[in-house]
Amino acid sequence: MDVPAKRSMDLEVAKNFAAAIAIGLGTLSPAYAIGYMASRAMEAIGRNPEAAPKIQTAMILAVAFAEAIAIYALVVALVIKFV
Amino acid sequence: MHISIAAETLFMIGPLPVTNALLMSWIAMALLVAVGLSFTYRMRVVPGGMQNVGETIIEAGIGFFSDVMGSRREAEKVFPIVATLFIFILLSNWIGLVPGVGTIGYLEEPKEEIVHEETVAPVDEHAAPEGETEEAAAPAEAEAHGPVFVPFFRSAYSDLNMTLALAIISVLATHVFGIMTIGFFKHAHKFFNFSSPINFFVGILELFGEVSKMVSFSFRLFGNIFAGEVLLVVILSLVPYVAPLPFFALEVFVGFIQALVFSMLTLVFMKVAMAEAEGH
Repeated sequence: MDVPAKRSMDLEVAKNFAAAIAIGLGTLSPAYAIGYMASRAMEAIGRNPEAAPKIQTAMILAVAFAEAIAIYALVVALVIKFV
Repeated sequence: MHISIAAETLFMIGPLPVTNALLMSWIAMALLVAVGLSFTYRMRVVPGGMQNVGETIIEAGIGFFSDVMGSRREAEKVFPIVATLFIFILLSNWIGLVPGVGTIGYLEEPKEEIVHEETVAPVDEHAAPEGETEEAAAPAEAEAHGPVFVPFFRSAYSDLNMTLALAIISVLATHVFGIMTIGFFKHAHKFFNFSSPINFFVGILELFGEVSKMVSFSFRLFGNIFAGEVLLVVILSLVPYVAPLPFFALEVFVGFIQALVFSMLTLVFMKVAMAEAEGH
């Protein structure tokens, strides 16, 4: 045997793993948070349909904040993959 | 399939680079100016034609913002900047979906070899055509890249510079409106509060919160629009016909939602800045 066995991954392989794990794990929490918030908002609308516009506005805002976290994870994954 | 996070430079004006995203934002600006001029051409008290369309849009906007702000007077104060943010982001996102954006371009030959060092020094592969590239004579692997495709047009907010600029403008505008409404000292008191150590640290945290708002605004819009572009590039390179249609619909929707979220968040932060500080 001329070539010693490699004991670690290539950089490219590691990068791919890192990008996949970054986005995979990073979207778990925001997904749960958005689902929870939306379910509570729908419950509130069901109880009080007249307040629907206000509840809807507040819900969209809160969902945007939660989604931003998922976007941070996405940007990290993109930076790992493409930079 | 060529995807680059940084927007490619097309030409230089003096020392400043002009990127394809900047070019698209100029196109959006020209469109908006043209539409705005058509709204106010020969204005009459009883509107007709284009003026009617403009008034309908503005009525809808101010109605919606008044609901969020609570009072119509305050909504009228902030309406120019918030509505401009909404319309500009919306139009930029949507014209970034027009066929030809991202696909019409030219091939650029790299002038020098791009050298990767073993110690992973960040070499910018997306340098300007006449830009400098470091060439190290030290032991390093030399990779010569083939010709790079540079699109003429690219969705304006897929460039982090554009979104960061908007984020800075938005956060500064909330401060300006806060100072204009409740006065400089009351506004500064929210951040520099010397009444007790705890309040002082809360004030410092609020200051960091403002910086984090800038980061969050810019990355939210950048991430959504750039990821949408990457998604479209990948799908179009896999199945060019019929299959990308749902993804284009998704991008239309996302463009609208992101414009709405950006402007509504700015509106809400302005409302918070313009409110008197409540006692805790």
